[in-house]
This record gives sequence, structure tokens and C-alpha cells, in this order.
Amino acid sequence: MSAKTLLPISTLLCLSAAVALAAAAKTMSVQVRKAEIRDTPNFLGKVVASLNYGDKVAVAEQNGPWTKVSSAGNSGWVHNSALTTKTIVLQSGSAAETTASSGELALAGKGFNADVESQFKANHKDVDFKWVDRMEKIVIPPRRIQAFAEEGGLVSGDKGGAR
Amino acid sequence: MKSPILLLLAAACVIVSGCKTLEVITEASTAAAVATGAISTEQAESINRSAGAVGKVFESITPEQEYYIGRTVAATLLSRNKPLDDSSLTEYLNTIGQYLALCSDRPETFGGYHFLVMDSDEINAFAAPGGLILVSRGMLQCCRDENALAAVLAHEVAHVGLNHGLQAISKSRLTAAATILGSEAAKNLGGKDLAELTKTFEDSITDITGKLVNSGYARHLEFQADKTAVATLVRAGYNPQGLTEMLAEMGKRLKPDGLDFAKTHPPPKDRIAELNKQLGSTPAPALPPAVRARFLKATRDL
Repeated sequence: MSAKTLLPISTLLCLSAAVALAAAAKTMSVQVRKAEIRDTPNFLGKVVASLNYGDKVAVAEQNGPWTKVSSAGNSGWVHNSALTTKTIVLQSGSAAETTASSGELALAGKGFNADVESQFKANHKDVDFKWVDRMEKIVIPPRRIQAFAEEGGLVSGDKGGAR
Repeated sequence: MKSPILLLLAAACVIVSGCKTLEVITEASTAAAVATGAISTEQAESINRSAGAVGKVFESITPEQEYYIGRTVAATLLSRNKPLDDSSLTEYLNTIGQYLALCSDRPETFGGYHFLVMDSDEINAFAAPGGLILVSRGMLQCCRDENALAAVLAHEVAHVGLNHGLQAISKSRLTAAATILGSEAAKNLGGKDLAELTKTFEDSITDITGKLVNSGYARHLEFQADKTAVATLVRAGYNPQGLTEMLAEMGKRLKPDGLDFAKTHPPPKDRIAELNKQLGSTPAPALPPAVRARFLKATRDL
């Protein structure tokens, strides 16, 4: 096959992938450990509800990097980076799991997970996770970040996640 | 032998059809630019390899798995680089860093962004996948003010958002992991499978730490991280000239035979030249007194 014939095929594949994505975007899953639904599309918006890994949300609309969703009677905005179009399956043994190879599903806890980390720790006693665990606990609340930015006269543009 | 142009087009297609992030589309256009013959076959093949790996990585590594990879990468780096136990500096660093992460293209990772200082005079910084970011005391000493410090952190946040660490994992690890996991839908693996998967995990960690500590990322990935950092800094309200100023200071301090950024990164003057195309060379205006004061207070013991 020449490069000339390959290019239109690649274009076609890309287009069909885009159509498939659009069609699959009605329900999305939370792909991070914890996410917040906010009343406005920015990180300073009031938290309406908290979501956990694997929670499903119904998509209402897109606004740049933010998606308006509803879940368990709550509605508001979640940043796109917290969401995936894949369905995340938390429990093993469910019926959905048998079609996991389709690529539309992601099994939580499959692959590199806490068991693998434990095994790694057993093999590498010299590698200490104490500071990593300490690092993960350092979370600056959004209100303090806002105060810090305001004190510094830092004016954020409107294209990012923060506002 | 297949034509490199054909390979590149195929790789570009894999990326665009397999993923939906802007970063990856950027990668694809880089590949397309390469296909026009602007760079050598060797460079083209290198980009093609990484492009192929990108498609694979994005399909098979979930943010949850990225989190476990990142934890072990960071723990491994911290077993070789003692952390600096300075709680007020750590909090200052995390306030700036987490603010920048919120202003980045990928504010949400599985476990979030967290920052720590390494107690070393070497000029070094590492971004483990998922957002665990380590910066050396020597690197902080290249920062004259908060703009410069924010630039260092924004560059590392960019490496996380652009999945550069995950791209360092050899494709063969992912194939091996898929083989072990392929027949096993259940969450809990048996002893032999778990041992094999852990070996693949260890190899993936070695791929990433080897890249971070020894070989460094390809120049185009460093330039991409600088460019992305500039966008994040502007959104956050920092003057992106902080990055050029920090690099100029780094250029003065790096020792040619150093095992730090001297070895793993393009020379600061090359990064500055690349940034000047984007920014021009107007110096940054002075920072408000409150910002100068908090920077000096947080960094006084360095």
C-alpha cells in the first residue's frame, strides 16, 4: 500500500473513532479516586456532591474542559480529566465482566494494583514508601489556594481548569 | 524495509483514533511534520517508536494503574535521594504546585498532585506518573523568585499531564502484562501470575527511573513540557519569563560533568532559544511585595 492510499484510510478511521466517542458520551465513569460535583464549572465552585472511583454519571452538556453531569439526584460540573467514557467495573464476578475484552470496560483493581505494590515491597525492602504516603496526605484546600493566588495578585485566565 | 513515512502515518492514525486528548493530537501533528522530511530517519524512527507506545499506553494503563506506578517510581527515587523535612517549605511548594495543577490541562489524576523537596545540591527534578513531583534543593536555588519556582513546578506538572513518564515504559512490558492478565478477568491473581505481573511492574519502574535519572527524555518532549508549562503559568497568572530566568540561572550553575540536569536535559541555552520563539525576550515585571516576602520566608533555610 502506498502512502497516498493510506492517508484517506487513516482519516476515515479517525473520523469513525470521533463518531463512536460522541455516541458513547451519554454516560461516563469517574476514573480518579475521588471527584467533586461543583455548582459552577471551576474548582472554586461550591461542592454539590462527592463522587468515588467507578461512579457513573449522566452527561448533560460540555463547557470547555468541564462536563455538566447528574448523579444520584445531584447535578453540577466535573472536570473532564476526572471522567472516562469507559465503564469501570468495581466488583469482580459481575455479568459485564465477561465482555471486558471489548475495550469499553475497565476493571478496577486489575493490573498494577495494591497487591502488586505489596509484592514489590516484599521484594525490595530497601525501598521505603513512608515519604510517598506522607506526600499523598498533603492537600491544600481550594479556598487556601484561592487566598494565596489573590494575595499574589495572580489573575487567572478562563481557559484552564481553575476557573 | 517499510518506508518510514508510511510507518509514521500509520502511527499517527493509531494515536488519533485511539485517544482523544489534545496532547496526543499534538504528538500526531509532530509526527506528520516529521513525515514531510524535516528531520532524519533516525529521529523519525525514534518518534515512531514513542508514538506506537503512546497508543498502547493510553489503551492499557488506567489512571488507577498509573497511580501505583507513580507511587513506586517516587519511592524508588526517594530511596536514593533523601527528602528535606521542612514543613513550611513543603506547604509553600504544594500550594503553588497544586494551584498550577488546577490550571493545567489535566488537573485530576487518580491520587492528585503532591510535591516534595530532595535534600541535594544537584540540580534535579522528577515527575513520577500520576503527579508525585520531587524537586532538589539545588534546583530551588536556581529560582530567584516565585515566578521561577512556579516555572519549575509547571514544567514537572506538564510531564505528568503529557504522560511522558508512562511513555518511557517499553512496549514489551505492556504486552507481557496483557498476556498475564488476558486470560484472567478476576481482580485477584494467583501466586505465579502475581509474581510474573510484579516482575513486569518492576521492569516498568526501571524503564521510567532509568529515563528520569540517566538517559533523560527526548529533546522534543522537554520542549513540549516547556511550552505546556508556559500555557499553565499564563493561566495561573504567573509571568512565564520566570522559566527563561530560571534556565539562565541554571545555565550558570550546572557543572558540565554533573549527573543531574546537565546529563538528562537539553542545555538551558537551547531551551531558552526555543522559549524565546514563543515568548519574545521582554523581562518579567517585578512581583508584588507580598509575593517576594512569602518566597523569601519559605526558602530562607535552603
